[in-house]
Amino acid sequence: MRSRLAWALLLLPLPVAFFALMVGRYPISPGEVFAALTGGEVAEVVRGLILRIRLPRIGAAALVGANLAVAGAVYQGVFRNPLVEGRLLGVSSGAGLGAALALLLFPQPATIQAFAFVGGLVGVGLTALLGWAFGAGVLVLVIAGVLVDSFLSAVLGIVKYTADPLGTLPAITYWLLGGLGSVRVHDLLPLGIASGVGLTFFLLARWRLNLLTLADQEGEALGVRVRQTRFLVVGMGTLLVASAVSVSGMVGWVGLLVPHAARAVVGPDYARLLPAAAGLGAALVVLLDTVARTLLTAEIPLGVLTGLLGAPLFLLLFLRFLRERGGWR
Amino acid sequence: MRLIAQDLVYAYVAGHPVLRGISLEIRSGETAFLLGPNGSGKTTFLDCLGGLRPPGGGEVRLDDRPLASFSPRERARAVGYVPQFHEPPFNFTAWEVVLMGRAPYVRWLSQPSAKDRQAADEALTELRLEEFRNRPYYTLSGGERRLVLVARGLAQGAAFLLLDEPDAHLDPANQHRVLLAVEDVVAQGLGVAITSHSPNNALLYADRVALFSQGEILVQGDPHDVVSPKPLERAYGIPFVVVGAGDGPRAVLPALG
Repeated sequence: MRSRLAWALLLLPLPVAFFALMVGRYPISPGEVFAALTGGEVAEVVRGLILRIRLPRIGAAALVGANLAVAGAVYQGVFRNPLVEGRLLGVSSGAGLGAALALLLFPQPATIQAFAFVGGLVGVGLTALLGWAFGAGVLVLVIAGVLVDSFLSAVLGIVKYTADPLGTLPAITYWLLGGLGSVRVHDLLPLGIASGVGLTFFLLARWRLNLLTLADQEGEALGVRVRQTRFLVVGMGTLLVASAVSVSGMVGWVGLLVPHAARAVVGPDYARLLPAAAGLGAALVVLLDTVARTLLTAEIPLGVLTGLLGAPLFLLLFLRFLRERGGWR
Repeated sequence: MRLIAQDLVYAYVAGHPVLRGISLEIRSGETAFLLGPNGSGKTTFLDCLGGLRPPGGGEVRLDDRPLASFSPRERARAVGYVPQFHEPPFNFTAWEVVLMGRAPYVRWLSQPSAKDRQAADEALTELRLEEFRNRPYYTLSGGERRLVLVARGLAQGAAFLLLDEPDAHLDPANQHRVLLAVEDVVAQGLGVAITSHSPNNALLYADRVALFSQGEILVQGDPHDVVSPKPLERAYGIPFVVVGAGDGPRAVLPALG
């Protein structure tokens, strides 16, 4: 029953995306949207707007949402900590630093995305290196992540400080706020490939993720190669986060909140949790991005919106969690 | 089958061995109790026996084959481990916890099969835990949690089960509930090793007892011989008396005053 619900949630982004295709500065009727998607008869302007502007953006939003939510769910299990998300481990600060460097040195959209992606991987690479050197325990990895994150943030500070305050600095700031306003069709290819690899991997290996929530020794007693599995899983999670962040900039909270919301609906078993989290994450970010581009005449940064919504929602979830457990353990 | 430890040596810090040449044999259909003071090496020994710590010297064999030559999966199908604590970060149900015992049979990138699910159900039934099947682990009592972990060990389908202090932190009724359940699975042919701080539980449930002290086994053998005042005093450093004799119930108590 709950299993069927989990797979139904995976389909949730479809109706949400259809709705998102309709709304905008220029409203489009459901019939026209349908016609544009299926190659039916519709005005060229409308077809272009749907296929070249709205669809890529909505597709990117869906992938970003699914990636952040799935990676968040995975990180929470691997680090045995329900308060963890992709920001840990230095992915985000690495990506931010990469993007800022690109904006400073080679300000083209493709280089920004590439630099952000590589920056994210470098951030996690540093964390993994430090963590592995000290035995790859969960706590060690978290501490290494905090160290790398704060160090890279400081370097980002230097880049910002040297940036032109009238041109580059606002561009960096805006990128860091997060948003999908500049997404075009060609941005989707790298994001699509990374998401395809990562999401497929996790959806297939979903049950095994349960085993990573066990203490190291318990996992080993069950025949799991704990350290190797942890690094593979963290690596794949990083691929998801880095590819998402390189397109969207900093979009917080999704990776933390959506997995908990999904757990509230389908329970903690990763066999059900992952499809549910992917669907909910994609639907949520598509919806929020639609709000970001339609609520005001000027676009609202997506990261700001997720933050505004995320903190109060998190409070609700946290209160629920306390009630369930009868207090803080 | 026999799980054999021969001359095991282990040191966490070089020069300070916690196991100094331990030899012990666990046989199918038998319960071995490992007694000894805190820090005497029981738990470290159990870890080595389960292949979770590579010993610094000596070896563990399953019949004739060294345990070190097993892949992690093979090893997990042969030797199961029941930890003292299990603190999942999320509220898995009892059944989901037990199903994790099937890990050595589920391939990467695939899901537990119908057979795995059935094995989890059977393990719960065997320990009479059906009514807790869908209960979240955190809502179970200490005794029930311990039984769920034993069920996970059974679902693992191993010939040997190593239990780390299964009777700790439980009231007397729950201690016996857990140990009686273990006695049942031993009667079906499993070999079991149990670390414990309760000499009296060893008298009740052990087929053989090994008394640890400072990384060595002081004595091992029949429970009545090992759990007796002299060896216990040597191991724990306080005097003991035996209460009861002959074929009736028997217990040891610290001799006070």
